[in-house]
Amino acid sequence: MSVDLSIKFAGIKFENPFTLAASPCTDNAEMVARAFDAGWAAAVLKTTSVEEEVVELVYPMMAGLDFEDKKVIGLQNIDLISERHIDQVEKDVRELKKAYPGKVVGASIMGQKKEHWQTLVRRLEAAGVDFIECSFSCPHGMPERGMGSTIGQDAELAERTARWVKEAATRVPVSIKVTPLVADLPHIAHAVQKSGADAITAINTVKCLIGVDIDSYVPYPVVDGKSSYGGYSGAAIKPISLRCVAEIAKAVDMPISATGGITTWRDAVEFLLCGARNLQVCTAAMKHGFRVIEDLTDGLSVYLEDKGMSGVEELVGLALPNIVEHSHLSREYKPVSKINLETCVKCDVCYIACQDGGHQAITLDEKRLPHVDEEKCVGCAMCASVCPVFECIQMAPR
Amino acid sequence: MAARQTPDTLDMPTRVSTMEEVDRGLKPHQALAEAGRCIFCHDAPCVKGCPVGIDIPGFIRRISQRNMVGAARLIRQANPFGAVCARVCPSEAQCEKGCTSAGLSEPVAIACLQRYAMDQEMVRGIRPAAAAEPTGRKVAAIGAGPAGLACSLVLATAGEAVTLYDRSPQPGGVMRYGIPSYRLPREVLDREIDWILSAGVQFVPNTEIGRDVEMADLVREYDAVFIGAGLGEPESPNIPGADAPGVISAYSFLRAAGEPDDDAREQAVKAVIAQPLGRVVVLGGGNVAVDAACTALRLGAESVTIAYRRTRGEMPAWAEEVEFAEEEGVKLVFLLSPAEVLQDDGKARGVRMTRMRLAEDDASGRPRPVPSGEPDETIEADTVVLAFGQAPNESIFSSLPSLARSEAGMIAIDAETGATSVAGVFAGGDAVNGGTTVVQAVSEGLRAAEGIRAYLDSVTPARD
Repeated sequence: MSVDLSIKFAGIKFENPFTLAASPCTDNAEMVARAFDAGWAAAVLKTTSVEEEVVELVYPMMAGLDFEDKKVIGLQNIDLISERHIDQVEKDVRELKKAYPGKVVGASIMGQKKEHWQTLVRRLEAAGVDFIECSFSCPHGMPERGMGSTIGQDAELAERTARWVKEAATRVPVSIKVTPLVADLPHIAHAVQKSGADAITAINTVKCLIGVDIDSYVPYPVVDGKSSYGGYSGAAIKPISLRCVAEIAKAVDMPISATGGITTWRDAVEFLLCGARNLQVCTAAMKHGFRVIEDLTDGLSVYLEDKGMSGVEELVGLALPNIVEHSHLSREYKPVSKINLETCVKCDVCYIACQDGGHQAITLDEKRLPHVDEEKCVGCAMCASVCPVFECIQMAPR
Repeated sequence: MAARQTPDTLDMPTRVSTMEEVDRGLKPHQALAEAGRCIFCHDAPCVKGCPVGIDIPGFIRRISQRNMVGAARLIRQANPFGAVCARVCPSEAQCEKGCTSAGLSEPVAIACLQRYAMDQEMVRGIRPAAAAEPTGRKVAAIGAGPAGLACSLVLATAGEAVTLYDRSPQPGGVMRYGIPSYRLPREVLDREIDWILSAGVQFVPNTEIGRDVEMADLVREYDAVFIGAGLGEPESPNIPGADAPGVISAYSFLRAAGEPDDDAREQAVKAVIAQPLGRVVVLGGGNVAVDAACTALRLGAESVTIAYRRTRGEMPAWAEEVEFAEEEGVKLVFLLSPAEVLQDDGKARGVRMTRMRLAEDDASGRPRPVPSGEPDETIEADTVVLAFGQAPNESIFSSLPSLARSEAGMIAIDAETGATSVAGVFAGGDAVNGGTTVVQAVSEGLRAAEGIRAYLDSVTPARD
């Protein structure tokens, strides 16, 4: 393949943008080694802590959201940070860097106080880690101890904590992993930038309650008759993380590592277009295995070839100028629905959607074929959204 | 789980009046829906069922992510005849046989998905095969069928200078001269062959071993030789009257019917059988018999009957193909063995058939048909098509007497490398296996290419 998938993030060259996110996928060196063999450019080791931090996990910790016959379009976890403390993770880093000098090994950390954060950074640097990611963003469990998203939801706390980390990090870049659970993410991004941190990872999981067992009245996952709020991930949260990445990219001039629902190469392209320089994946790999890297790199390569682009770098941020304030959108643009009656199968779901969710612009003729009354059609595109036939309804300028 | 998607087929009255492809392929939304039925299971029994080991879950994942170019490339990496095989493979007995989705509902329609990916590639054009630096070594390949072409492609892209000989005017072998175009459109075949030849394979048509060129000369002139010459002439049965006008081998009939355009086909068929087809009886029970029967219908036969000496259960033809023929109106009769071609005014008017019954199993493991003692039966017919299989390719053996035979009388090879008993001579395809599938021939051609490269490296190191 003639295209170059390599890209620099926070001063580090990655052979491709695809990085395994801090998660169960990266909880030991053996797993990460297999991922590297499969083609992943990098991994962020599962969030670790100082030895004195007590980490007790609960089981079961996962529950998927299924939609019709599709399994796990979203995933809730009530997992916590790794039970493996810094003493084990620094060994993993040494082992991985020795065996895979060309791969990028990051480590995610979380601490309760300045001393914890700085100890973690110093020990990881000494072990040879390539970059450090700070979780200011885990939405469940950890906030109860003043950690995780508690930090990321408070700009002042986030800035102060990031400064501690930067003070200790003399050699490697630091990326701050932020939470989407804030009213004003650019405000947090500015605080992170002020701290001197090198990059932002966006986003952590979204706090959720994935469902309730309607017979026992206990939400999922059921832990001995009780449950708790968890972190939501997977394809279902992609629109949220994509928004967050774009907002941050427009607010601050910092490299962004995107994460949150990246499942296909198309998602990858979209995040790059919205300003990401690195792409972290977890749920897709947990569901289908490390082999998904093949689809991601192949699809991205073919896309770049088709576009006549020589490398990933060219894509970064191309969509950003096209995202504007709502008030800046044209009020003169009046599209109209065009239905291709050659391919229409007369299911008339466009008619139903227009009747009950639109402007009653679609009528049916005696053969049950739908016709658009262009006077009544406002061009909302609900009909095109629901039509099951490939490219049958298009929104066109009048 | 969603139901298995099925492609549209040509409607019945039109279907049997044209040589156009019956299967119209999946539509885009069907392909996505069908790709969505793959569980991406860990074991992937489909890959094990594929003679060339295509990464089936891999290409299905690419389809589901709408990366059709990537899907097609992955298929092509393992099988240079990805578009052909998607159409002619007995997928229900290969990749789809072990499909894990069958445990939930039905197997994933793997062949249909493969075809979809390859059809998308066709729209965009196949990316040319990258050729390596020339090694300075020369290889001759005999027979431009699936084995010879697959072998030639691998060797040519590795930098070996390949000359590919065939006795026919055009490359393709059984794919062009055996498989009817309603199953394999010639433009699909031509595209894959053109792509292979454009990798730098020198094609020499109309060249018969033992007539135009001797094996001994090839062995002397080339650094290695691949034999993918297929089978020899059709076996001629010992039936009185089988030489009467109106009697034709399925081999010659399908070869004539394989001409791509209507006029050329009509002429070619007239050249092998002068009178209108009228009532046709096909004698035999293999895929060739079924292909001949369905082709006869399309070329204007009044009626077509396949007469087989065993019963439906023992037919070597694939069940799906037999059902396809019945759908089209081909009649099947069983336990009848031809005794004599009956003639009127020196041309065929029917076949006198001996009634059979099934006795104990023979060497092939199938019940042996023996005369039942009931009175003979006559099948009235204006055209009698003989579909009894083909003999080994004797011209190869007579041109290279030191070439060892297998127990079945085919070319004996080393199962790992495709090497024959003659140093530097390799073989694969029907000439070795006695005639199975296109994909099997491809896999044997690919295997021999690796064998040849290893052999060449050991005796004639590549030029730096």
